[in-house]
Amino acid sequence: MRYIRPLSIEDAVGLLAGSTGTAAILAGGSDLLVRMKGGFVEPDLIVDIKAIEELSEIRETADGFSIGAAVPCAVLGESAALKKAWPGVVEAAKLIGSKQVQGRCTIVGNLCNASPAADSVPALVAAGARASVVGPGGRRTIPVGSVPTGPGKTSLAKGEIIEAILLDKRAPRSGDAYLRFIPRTEMDIAVVSAGVNLTLDEHGVVTAARVALGAAAPTVLLVEEAAEAIIGRKLDEAALERLAKVCFGACRPIDDKRGTIEFRRKVAGVLAKRAGTTAYARAGGK
Amino acid sequence: MNFDPRFSTRNFASVGTRPIRPDGVDKVTGRARYGADFNMAGQLVGRVLRSPHAHATIRKIDTSKAEKLPGVKAVITAADLSDLTDGDAAMYDILDNCMARTKALYDGHAVAAVAAVDARTARQALKLIEVDYELLPHVTDVDEAMKHSAPLINDAIFTEGLEEKPVKPSNVTKRSQFGHGDVHQGFGHADFIVERSFKTEQTHQGYIEPHACVASVSSDGTADLWVCTQGHFVYRQHCAQLLGMEASKLRVTSSEIGGGFGGKTHVWAEPVALALSRKAGRPVKLVMTRDEVFRASGPTSATSIDVKIGARKDGTITAAEATLRYSCGPYPGSWAEIGAMTAFACYKLENVKTVGYEVLVNRPKTAAYRAPSAPMAAFAVESAVDELAKEIGMDPVDFRIRNAAQEGTRSSYGPVYGPIGIGPTLEAVKNHPHMKAPLGKNQGRGMACGFWFNFGGQTCTDLNIGMDGSVSLAVGTVDVGGSRASLSLVAAEELGIAYEQVKAIVADTSSLGYNDMTDGSRGTFSSSMATISAARNAIKVLRERAAQMWDIAVDDVVWEQGHAVAKGEKHGNLGKLSLKEIAAASGKTGGPIAGHSELVADGAGVSFATHICDIEVDPETGATRVLRYTVVQDAGKAVHPTYVEGQYQGGAAQGIGWALNEEYIYGKDGRLQNPGFLDYRIPVCSDLPMIDTQILEIPNPNHPYGVRGVGETSIVPPLAAIANAVSNAAGVRMSHIPMSPPRILAAIEAERAG
Repeated sequence: MRYIRPLSIEDAVGLLAGSTGTAAILAGGSDLLVRMKGGFVEPDLIVDIKAIEELSEIRETADGFSIGAAVPCAVLGESAALKKAWPGVVEAAKLIGSKQVQGRCTIVGNLCNASPAADSVPALVAAGARASVVGPGGRRTIPVGSVPTGPGKTSLAKGEIIEAILLDKRAPRSGDAYLRFIPRTEMDIAVVSAGVNLTLDEHGVVTAARVALGAAAPTVLLVEEAAEAIIGRKLDEAALERLAKVCFGACRPIDDKRGTIEFRRKVAGVLAKRAGTTAYARAGGK
Repeated sequence: MNFDPRFSTRNFASVGTRPIRPDGVDKVTGRARYGADFNMAGQLVGRVLRSPHAHATIRKIDTSKAEKLPGVKAVITAADLSDLTDGDAAMYDILDNCMARTKALYDGHAVAAVAAVDARTARQALKLIEVDYELLPHVTDVDEAMKHSAPLINDAIFTEGLEEKPVKPSNVTKRSQFGHGDVHQGFGHADFIVERSFKTEQTHQGYIEPHACVASVSSDGTADLWVCTQGHFVYRQHCAQLLGMEASKLRVTSSEIGGGFGGKTHVWAEPVALALSRKAGRPVKLVMTRDEVFRASGPTSATSIDVKIGARKDGTITAAEATLRYSCGPYPGSWAEIGAMTAFACYKLENVKTVGYEVLVNRPKTAAYRAPSAPMAAFAVESAVDELAKEIGMDPVDFRIRNAAQEGTRSSYGPVYGPIGIGPTLEAVKNHPHMKAPLGKNQGRGMACGFWFNFGGQTCTDLNIGMDGSVSLAVGTVDVGGSRASLSLVAAEELGIAYEQVKAIVADTSSLGYNDMTDGSRGTFSSSMATISAARNAIKVLRERAAQMWDIAVDDVVWEQGHAVAKGEKHGNLGKLSLKEIAAASGKTGGPIAGHSELVADGAGVSFATHICDIEVDPETGATRVLRYTVVQDAGKAVHPTYVEGQYQGGAAQGIGWALNEEYIYGKDGRLQNPGFLDYRIPVCSDLPMIDTQILEIPNPNHPYGVRGVGETSIVPPLAAIANAVSNAAGVRMSHIPMSPPRILAAIEAERAG
């Protein structure tokens, strides 16, 4: 096993592209190290990206925010501007594991681990976040939702690294929220989850909406019918019920040790409703 | 020794105070040595290969490739552990559980082990061992295993305890029955009858420290074992017997213990580590991973219980009956029997009958878990009791008070009670402010009672007085809950000296006589009795030495508040002699001063508790939140009240986890799906409210200070108290533990659907 800590993204890409055996990228390590300790993976090459300076920054640009791949989730919560613009994304990142884990883990790691139950991913998908990917062929920007292709699988090619997550600048009267269901209060994995992102007009009518569900299918679901069900309306009791009903129907969950199909469907609806209510209030809706 | 253990009233100076524990600084600074903290020069890393199958015949094991791997120093299979059990069936089961002999009986059953120079080599070596399995049909559910069509786990087992000897083998190893009166007649006199079936899933003790040991076998046949255990003397006996050693040639030292709760009362890894060390000729350290702890140590039983209770309109129970089926893993046990004994122990009943069935399943061998078997029986009985009170229209506390056992009651399992605490705990609960606190929307309150026998057992203690007057106390019960502090208080009390003058240690097996396992809540009960006895023997020596120093008759010397005092008119001019002064002179008066004690601590007083719990249920998701929790329990006499409270809180915390989320989940393939703390959900800090406690002290007549064991009873009521609270909050009776959100939501929806 080789461990290398390159200083530039180009070097990191070069190492990964040139590797012969199994290779892994190490940022916070809260998934990788656990899997290594458990004996599930034994990579031939580990590329630690934490020494690459630009990956450890949150940058506010004219277009919005760029969150580096090595920024720990706890740091997201320390950025007042990010919290104000994307409270749902930040609250999702701050639900991962525990306080200690949040000091290490990253949203890019959470995305690339490709678990259907990843906490930050539904919030990022609802937010319409994009990933900036660097590889041997150069840079490209792709929607976050297209990164995971199934449990443990991503669309990234050999040698590719996500260097940052990009979030748009906020339109006025916008708000997002994320909720997950866990049987405990922390240190747990979502049984099912929902992220809702809304923009309203001056009268509180929803003009744009994105609703994403986690742990409800092999990858995070962007439920377009759910958005359609609430666009053009105020988010009143009837609209919320419609939202819940559409989410219930859109789920394609499985029965497993964490929950049943029936349970996940019902709770997906309940969480969408509750996250919708919070997002609506954050957007200034009454 | 003419030690008199009977209780007598006294005023305490040290006992009942709350000094800092002597092991505290080392534990919070990381200096304390737990099982995995022992190391020896040249030590190898031991690793165990485990069956991935629930039930399989082992046709052949080929270890040749693993043996050839550089760095591998020993590979063993069952062939390296000859059967020396000489017809002792229980020991044979322990041997077979340590290393499968002909069949793998559960997912995780050890089949081979290696010792290598490092962990990586050991892991690689395991991958090179080829095991040829023939898969057999398996059964993991307790009710399924009882069916005639179920796969047989051991075809040499025929149900014991039946009137007629069965002709066919069965997964039911034993039937046991307890009770008195005529339940049929009793139900005939009832105005109300509640009858219901309950299930509880298998749970693990969840101790934070995994099993760990270092074994070092010398070429002369002697050996040392450093191990995290609740009973190093018992581990010595078992390891020596399994490996064909004389017990005295195996010295076992117990480490600090990061939780045991009954789960560290059985050997698993230790005989394997010794066998590896014997073969390799070097010390071997063997530490279980968390995955191994879940799959291959000893969780508690899964159960299926039917309860029927009848009562008259005035609230008097006329008859009570229960059938209890407990899983034992693949080897016979007596878990249902204990459940059947404890089920109705809180009540004064004219007609009672309980029947227990021990059931084999393809799961790890069941081990004790804090008041083993009692919580599940209490869950079923106390749920039915609550329901019956509701049907009669009585307050659940008043209904229990009316039927509570008292001094002179013949218990449902046989013996007649002495002075007991069930009535007082119920009265305390009735008057507790918690019972009157208002509840909000979707909130419910539940309460329940619990019983545990407690145990005394063989105990040996040494008390040595140094020449500077400080006292070393060597005990043989492992300190699982602050007993070194408690026993130091007891020694200080008897000798009349300061707590700080006493230093207690847990001695190894070669330094002290045999001690039973630290189980049955016996640590402080039995070792305090032995400490009192040893201290009194030391006082006798101190008086003799003082008499010698004064040159007077020993009968004229009494011991008062840490001093020898000369009595009688002719000694009026003699000043007191302190323990320190007598100790300083000991070299000239006959040598070291010590007190020893060897005894069987009989008369462990039975223990009762009543708990109250408030729960909020989210009716849309089935999520629960414990809002408030109160434990009321009889301690007899609380030696160190802080650690008594800690035991009360710990039992409640574990009970809350068991009631709400913890469970072994098996797949259809018979493999454990959740062998880790991520998906086996013990409560985290933020899941629990501060658990309030109230200590009652109804003296145990069989202990000089009135002490009763306190460690276990606190886990008996929680399953039922929480189930009653959830049932009240959700408006539907919950009969399946754990009451996980999917189960609660399903029950609410079923109730809504009518």
